[in-house]
Amino acid sequence: MDLKNRVEQCLGPKNFVVAMTECQGDLSVEVPKRSVVDVMRLLRNTPDLGFNFLSDLLGVDNLDLNKPKKKPKKKTEEGEGAETEEEPKDKGPSPPRYEVVYLLLCLERNERLQVKVRVEENDMEVDTLTPVWKAADWPEREVFDMFGIRFKGHPNLKRLLMWDDFPAHPLRKDYPLEGQGEERHLIYDD
Amino acid sequence: MNQNPTSQTSYEPGNYVTINIGPSHPSMHGTLRIAAVTDGETIVKADPEIGYLHRGVEKLGENLTYHQFIPITDRLNYCSAIPNNVSYEMAVEKLMGIEVPEKAQLIRVIMMELARIADHQVCIGILGVDLGAFTPFFYLIIQREEIYEIFEWFNGARLTNTFGRIGGVDADLPDDFEQRWEELKPGVRKANDETEKLLTHNRIWMDRTIGISAFSAEDALNWGFTGPCLRACGVKRDLRIDEPCCMYDKFKFEVPVGKNGDVFDRYIVRMIEMEESLKIIDQAYKLYKEMPPDAPLMARVPKVIKPPAGEVYSALESPNGELGFFVKSDGSANPYRIRIRPPCYMMFQALPELAEGEMVADLIACISSLNIIAGELDR
Amino acid sequence: MAIEAYNGGGWIATKLEWLINWGRKRSPWPLPFGTACCGIEMMCALAAGYDMARFGAERPSFSPRQADVLIQAGTINLKLAPVFKKIYDQMAEPRCVISMGACASSGGVFRTYATLQGIDKLVPVDIYIPGCPPRPEALLQALLMFIEKTEKSQPITHKKYSDLLVGT
Repeated sequence: MDLKNRVEQCLGPKNFVVAMTECQGDLSVEVPKRSVVDVMRLLRNTPDLGFNFLSDLLGVDNLDLNKPKKKPKKKTEEGEGAETEEEPKDKGPSPPRYEVVYLLLCLERNERLQVKVRVEENDMEVDTLTPVWKAADWPEREVFDMFGIRFKGHPNLKRLLMWDDFPAHPLRKDYPLEGQGEERHLIYDD
Repeated sequence: MNQNPTSQTSYEPGNYVTINIGPSHPSMHGTLRIAAVTDGETIVKADPEIGYLHRGVEKLGENLTYHQFIPITDRLNYCSAIPNNVSYEMAVEKLMGIEVPEKAQLIRVIMMELARIADHQVCIGILGVDLGAFTPFFYLIIQREEIYEIFEWFNGARLTNTFGRIGGVDADLPDDFEQRWEELKPGVRKANDETEKLLTHNRIWMDRTIGISAFSAEDALNWGFTGPCLRACGVKRDLRIDEPCCMYDKFKFEVPVGKNGDVFDRYIVRMIEMEESLKIIDQAYKLYKEMPPDAPLMARVPKVIKPPAGEVYSALESPNGELGFFVKSDGSANPYRIRIRPPCYMMFQALPELAEGEMVADLIACISSLNIIAGELDR
Repeated sequence: MAIEAYNGGGWIATKLEWLINWGRKRSPWPLPFGTACCGIEMMCALAAGYDMARFGAERPSFSPRQADVLIQAGTINLKLAPVFKKIYDQMAEPRCVISMGACASSGGVFRTYATLQGIDKLVPVDIYIPGCPPRPEALLQALLMFIEKTEKSQPITHKKYSDLLVGT
């Protein structure tokens, strides 16, 4: 039985599958946000799936994908709230802005699976995965650093790559590449 | 009162000293910082801080075209740039569904294994320097210069090679590669032999590496270890065999596996891997010579690369471990999102567990043996 | 000092300067601050093969207090910038900064939110080395230029390195 059916069989009965897509042989499953830890435990402990290795964890900002193509990008201070006024024109509510992608790996069968979680802009909190895999520690901190998505229950959720009082989240699509003129405090007293 | 002070969990002032190591410290490679809570000479808690070489590579990638990003991948793991290039190219090729010609794949294998040798040489050399053994570094770096000469003569650059293109490689191996390779091979073996003579059975070396920062296989998998450090823990996992790309399934080579996962095992695994890489290059070059000289080097690739919308993850066994690229496309000429999965990022986050209960001097050995490259750690 | 009172230094002062410069130019102690790719090329220059010790740079001084020349090899980002500035401030005069590579000189390809666009925004730079990364030979040439500067320096009359022209 191929991977798609097995994943369907494992997650389907509990209504954990929102959508399933395949791109060039990479299977990705979208699951509801509130049950992400349950899904991961299920994927890890089901014998015929056995995804026992967290390869990576990353965030994606879908701002440019969601908005109509012709509109110029609007630059704002923090990125919050600017795109709400241009949304409701076409086909109903637009899809959630962020997504967190978990890349899983089964070491025995060398199969890979992408698990996706959509994150709404007004509820940017996902349950942490650190109790399941310790490897999720720094990637979650990085997603928080770069996108501002918070992970509930993470033991040490602070910025990883930028310094602590950095004001923005750089990998958001409305943050310009060259920055917004953030200055690093260079004067020291002692 | 306290028989074993390291097991105490509260960090009261007076009992412990917090030492800041780095970023400007000879063995922190310029850009790592560790705040170590120590009890005398023993480390109670080591808290790594990274980001001192964060250059915004992922954001930069979103603003460049697919081809323009290849030179940026050189600057990730600058000790061995070629696996970075190839891994990224493979991700884009997978996204577009391009099949790379066999001859190009063989050239990629040859160059990647040369880069693996160069990477392991500098890793072992620096491990020796950090532990006070300076001489092997000189032996290895001289051989490394020879490998650099091959790179330079093939790619035009010593370090940042920008090797290959999306869909293949841009140039064939020059005619006198065989002669150069036959000259290089004994040199690499000799340098490795000399290093082994100096280090492997050296009493000081054994005392300073055996049992230091030992890690169990279970913990290593939980923390996301890959590459030589995972194999040193006793897990036989190598993407070259498990998920073969670039015709790696046609070559016969051993995957060395350690037992304890300590610094010594990581060193030995790297030493054996260099020898295996030499064997792989021999086999790959033999296959390469059987190819007709006018075999294609590039697949049919459009001039402007616009992959269909979608997202793929493609990984490759780089010298440090699993180096993966997650590329998301929205159908335009720029990648929508590029995520790099650096191997040493996952290993460095386990440092608090690796270093707990070790001496401060052993912390240095631990970091060096993980082969932390700041360029791919912070990106 | 009485010697400084003479315009041009006088015979004793100039001979003393010559002696000091003679000693200093034979032992430039570099402070290698290698952060990125250029650090590897700097390592090659320091090791056997290119052997920077030929020119007296035998001892890489990792303490800024005992260093003559700071070789900045690699990118400085905004998080590292205060550290770098502090290292420069700790060095004793006369001090010299070699900016090795495109990233240190101008930010290079990394024109992003996180990268400092050239270390000359923080500290005065004496010698720039172009290249991404430069070859070890280029670093050796920069060291020779530093030695040339040392020859011309006036330690008694306290002229700074940045006042001296070199390589003309």
